[in-house]
Amino acid sequence: MLGILRQRAIDGGLAASTLRRTRSALVSARSYAAGAKEMTVRDALNSAIDEEMSADPKVFVMGEEVGQYQGAYKITKGLLEKYGPERVYDTPITEAGFTGIGVGAAYAGLKPVVEFMTFNFSMQAIDHIINSAAKSNYMSAGQINVPIVFRGPNGAAAGVGAQHSQCYAAWYASVPGLKVLAPYSAEDARGLLKAAIRDPDPVVFLENELLYGESFPISEEALDSSFCLPIGKAKIEREGKDVTIVTFSKMVGFALKAAEKLAEEGISAEVINLRSIRPLDRATINASVRKTSRLVTVEEGFPQHGVCAEICASVVEESFSYLDAPVERIAGADVPMPYAANLERLALPQVEDIVRAAKRACYRSK
Amino acid sequence: MALSRLSSRSNTFLKPAITALHSPIRRHVSTDTSPITIETAVPFTSHLCESPSRSVESSSEEILAFFRDMARMRRMEIAADCLYKAKLIRGFCHLYDGQEALAVGMEAAITKKDAIITSYRDHCTFIGRGGKLVDAFSELMGRKTGCSNGKGGSMHFYKKDASFYGGHGIVGAQIPLGCGLAFAQKYNKDEAVTFVLYGDGAANQGQLFEALNIAALWDLPAILVCENNHYGMGTATWRSAKSPAYFKRGDYVPGLKVDGMDALAVKQACKFAKEHALKNGPIILEMDTYRYHGHSMSDPGSTYRTRDEISGVREVRDPIERVRKLLLSHDIATEKELKDMEKEIRKEVDDAVAQAKESPVPDSSELFTNMYVKDCGVESFGADRKALKVTLP
Repeated sequence: MLGILRQRAIDGGLAASTLRRTRSALVSARSYAAGAKEMTVRDALNSAIDEEMSADPKVFVMGEEVGQYQGAYKITKGLLEKYGPERVYDTPITEAGFTGIGVGAAYAGLKPVVEFMTFNFSMQAIDHIINSAAKSNYMSAGQINVPIVFRGPNGAAAGVGAQHSQCYAAWYASVPGLKVLAPYSAEDARGLLKAAIRDPDPVVFLENELLYGESFPISEEALDSSFCLPIGKAKIEREGKDVTIVTFSKMVGFALKAAEKLAEEGISAEVINLRSIRPLDRATINASVRKTSRLVTVEEGFPQHGVCAEICASVVEESFSYLDAPVERIAGADVPMPYAANLERLALPQVEDIVRAAKRACYRSK
Repeated sequence: MALSRLSSRSNTFLKPAITALHSPIRRHVSTDTSPITIETAVPFTSHLCESPSRSVESSSEEILAFFRDMARMRRMEIAADCLYKAKLIRGFCHLYDGQEALAVGMEAAITKKDAIITSYRDHCTFIGRGGKLVDAFSELMGRKTGCSNGKGGSMHFYKKDASFYGGHGIVGAQIPLGCGLAFAQKYNKDEAVTFVLYGDGAANQGQLFEALNIAALWDLPAILVCENNHYGMGTATWRSAKSPAYFKRGDYVPGLKVDGMDALAVKQACKFAKEHALKNGPIILEMDTYRYHGHSMSDPGSTYRTRDEISGVREVRDPIERVRKLLLSHDIATEKELKDMEKEIRKEVDDAVAQAKESPVPDSSELFTNMYVKDCGVESFGADRKALKVTLP
């Protein structure tokens, strides 16, 4: 019975996916003709900060090279010229000091956007993020809230070695009192950063260096200065019915590519872009798994005690009887990041890893 | 003999006359605000700046207020000691008795628009900012009526409406935070300053120098106040600092060394520092002070210092006794009046303790409150996530 159903699903899936591909090609052709907008993640982040600074004089930017240098990754380009040195502050290379100063400014009601050149350097300031920012509202029973955003590139870049490649999603997302966001597309970047800056609580905003230059289509709605995405809601990037692939940040792109490959083999994958690591949208994840019965989680960071571990545990706890296969985790290798290109490739999840795991979950391979 | 009888009779004759003569000049306890100038016993030592004058302008009312406020703080800390030993206060309890002059002297020089941030030894600073005794005791005993609703404990007292930003458990963390408060004051053009209190133990923290560098670069109105009580937990200053001249450790930042057991000297220094910080950016005040208790209630305080040293300081430098002597020598109050005041304060503290003891503990639902300002329908879990799961409002 199940076999017949599965066969029909595959047939339907194939047809549907071909149709979808043709349709999407038509749509993009039409919208291309109409001048569909595209935006890089970098420009999305820059415009988000710009608009929020314009709207609220309490918002200011602080970090290394954010001003005169135009930003180490050019995310804060043009802001110093536009808003002046009283809104954009270049700091010395003293993370503990300037992060603490940012948190103190937030205690007093300002809205700092603190940039870490990469989140690897946030470890020097982690006491302020956790003990001074995350826990304050709770310890003070609501007297002291901390409307601060800590942002910067997170995770692996390309060839930057062990000390510059760690993903901090799991570490920060385990802390109650923090909100942790991870955009993928330009729309995510704009909507989530604007939401983060407006949010009255401390937000850790994990960007990805390799996504900065990538262009994504962006809607008129997303370009509006009032655009905001809700914190704590995941997005279903691609609907499917055979297996749920949950991930965040750069891996969303990989998961979408994997879904394309799987579609060629008749497996319809649903790809969920978490957008928010804390709060984690357990409802969307579980609803999807209850539909597909199979779960593959993907992250770039270290595997032990990772974001994927939390998602798997959540699904096993809440949707156990819906699962038709063991949950799958694809994560970075359990090693510090090596430098050599071939080793680095082995240390990070690749599209073929995601495909393989999805097929395992579908009992299509060992 | 006859003379003496005469004198004794004349005494009884004269006494009512004398009291009648005295009473319009000196009332029950002086509320005179006319200025009195007192010389500090110990001179100020300065680094890269002028010392303020040793002549401190005060008034009978102010000196009396010092006495009353310090006596209240002293009694509060002693009461906390008893409560801790009775196991009504748990965890950490760091007492401030001996250091009261700092809290009251500082308040006399500033307003509630000026901010204060300190370490975990924060009970008296909280009271100085206008916190209530009953709120302090309730918090210490983990009751819902505590100043942090019982969620903070001894180390996490706050009073934002009086610009008191806590109450911090991580040694030295309050220093960059305090510089951040000063940053906000400058950003908002508040014309106010932030007093950032830390101990000799924290004075070696790297983040102090990081924050001070930025404060000096950006001219932040931050006043770093090193409460040098000579011991960082069990480590004396000579064992932890290559240079224990904390007022000089700012290097390019001016500093002042102050007798921290003299409330008037503290007031003078803080007034001076506020003026400086508003014009010229950060300054360091090193307050030479002493704590009678150990580092915390778990520390007897006698393994690293002698009992003679402790009692010696109590005899010669106790801040309350100094003010008492001042009040008596300037005829602002009599011995009996001061003793009565102390009795009243003792009762005030006892009543606050009793009231706090009656307060209820927080509801179990409070476990999940105040996580976020904007909860956005987030879930939170108890120890058994299947048994206790809550959607934050």
